[in-house]
Amino acid sequence: MSRALLEIDGLTMRFGGLMAVDGLSFRVEHGAIHGLIGPNGAGKTTTFNLISGFYRPTGGAVRLRGEAITGLPMFEVARRGVVRTFQHATLFAEMTVLENALVGTHMRFRPSIFAALAGLDAGDRRAARARAEEALDFFGLLGLAQTRAADLPHGHQRALGMAVALAAGPDVMLLDEPFTGMNPEETRRMMGLMRKLQAAGVTLLLVEHDMQAIMGLCDRITCMSFGRLLAEGSPAEIRRHPAVIEAYLGTGGGHAA
Amino acid sequence: MRRALFWLALAAVLIALPQGLSLSQQEMLVFLTINILLVASYRLLTLTGEWSLAHVVIMGVGAYASALYAAHFAVPVPVSMLLGAATAAGVALLLSYPLFRMKGFYFLIGSFAAGEIIRLLWRRFREPFGGPRGLTRIEPMPSFDLGVWHFDFFLPASYYYLVLAVVAVSLWTLWRIEKSPVGLTFHAVHWQDSLAQAAGVNVRAWRTLAFVIASGFAGLCGALGAHYLGTANPQAFGVEQMVFVLTWAIVGGTATFHGPILGCIALTVLNDVVLRGLGLEQARPMAYGLVLILAVLFLPKGLEDLLARALRRLRGAGARTEPAP
Ligand SMILES: Nc1ncnc2c1ncn2[C@@H]1O[C@H](COP(=O)(O)OP(=O)(O)OP(=O)(O)O)[C@@H](O)[C@H]1O
Ligand SMILES: [Mg+2]
Repeated sequence: MSRALLEIDGLTMRFGGLMAVDGLSFRVEHGAIHGLIGPNGAGKTTTFNLISGFYRPTGGAVRLRGEAITGLPMFEVARRGVVRTFQHATLFAEMTVLENALVGTHMRFRPSIFAALAGLDAGDRRAARARAEEALDFFGLLGLAQTRAADLPHGHQRALGMAVALAAGPDVMLLDEPFTGMNPEETRRMMGLMRKLQAAGVTLLLVEHDMQAIMGLCDRITCMSFGRLLAEGSPAEIRRHPAVIEAYLGTGGGHAA
Repeated sequence: MRRALFWLALAAVLIALPQGLSLSQQEMLVFLTINILLVASYRLLTLTGEWSLAHVVIMGVGAYASALYAAHFAVPVPVSMLLGAATAAGVALLLSYPLFRMKGFYFLIGSFAAGEIIRLLWRRFREPFGGPRGLTRIEPMPSFDLGVWHFDFFLPASYYYLVLAVVAVSLWTLWRIEKSPVGLTFHAVHWQDSLAQAAGVNVRAWRTLAFVIASGFAGLCGALGAHYLGTANPQAFGVEQMVFVLTWAIVGGTATFHGPILGCIALTVLNDVVLRGLGLEQARPMAYGLVLILAVLFLPKGLEDLLARALRRLRGAGARTEPAP
């Protein structure tokens, strides 16, 4: 078996008396599009928060290329190549679309005061801008570069969140409900873009409630419920899995499964 | 072209300014110029979203340090001023370790406590800080000759030119920082620190950087003031002065670079021209309190917003009367 790029091992997060994530283990292969699904409140976002270093886990480990990144601060995790987006459109609302993407280039073109004062960063600024524009272009946002992020329609805001992450040049992107607020047409386009990202060598781990999108896109799917692993397999296996069907129908559905 | 003309005209006005003024007015001008840098440096810190209550004490650190270096180590005053600024920056770096464990309100209170501890140290230790009465007879700036021009820095007009040059260079530096990718990162840290972190920004390091730079310039302000006044004492860097700085920033608005500077100028004019003219100098804290309340109620976006609207109207009027080129 090939060495997994990202390995989640017995990950646990307790909020007071609530086990939001409870001994969860799964592996994300290099170059895969990996889905993480589960009913509302299953602990998907919490899992992302644990992987990305937004929360420090109560127990368990996260390994990237075999190296433990558990409990590192979020910027350190990002510097190792794991960049996340947020479930609720989290953007620099007061900045322009281009400026948002420019912040995404921070790791590659680390700003320096001395270079800025001495005027030695012209090359870096140009390169950062080119990279930011490339990321915007990828998500079809280049025409809106000078718009204030807060003024974008919801679907575009989601796309901008991903453009910021892409500008960071990640090895793994964690996407939390990327299709929320998109119409079917936009969703279809976004799915195409994700395949393009995959072809470019980016590994994707995504949480999504849109089952059609998940099933059509993912190489592998992990389903969780009440913080625990419920099932794992190919889309076809997951679709037929009795425990998965039970979990989605049993809780009254919520979202169409 | 227009822009160059504007800066040329501004420079001419600033250079000519002391000529028409009385000695005491020239003195006010010296302090106004220093205060402009003080509040502009404070804005750099607020860019990252943190409001410190130690800024004026840090300014004092620059004043004390510069005075002491000049007195005890026979450092030339211009050099001791720079060392004073560096010391203020260094003290800020030390303070950042405990302070940046906190955010928002807790940072505010923590910075206040840290400032009070520094002021307590000044009071407590007669050696070298001079105790409650502080330092006196601080080394003045030595006069110097520039061919035809002779600068005797006991004269407020001469000292004003020195301060003007230092403040102009400092403001230019602050401006360059703000408009660079560094400034963008400060904004990012302010508006959405979790997204900034997700993009690999070490939020705490960047907050510290802003704090250290802002403090360095505050220290420079302190040094500039101390070598002119000849004294530095704990009362000069107290809460009341900090409230003035906050009032300048809030009344002016902190959304733009020039906002706090506008606030500082407007309130200084109010204080030194209007109140002094009416013989009501004692009412300064009350006047500031009143202005602050009125500003929060009726001008929540600050004077900068008022200026922007006035300019827009002016431009709009211009566009209507002049045919487009
Ligand atoms: N910071 C927190 N403090 C306390 N409880 C939390 C916290 N974050 C999440 N929870 C709880 O943990 C559980 C899992 O939440 P999480 O947001 O991970 O679910 P999710 O699978 O992302 O759900 P959704 O599909 O609705 O986004 C929920 O019961 C939630 O209320
Ligand atoms: Mg969620």
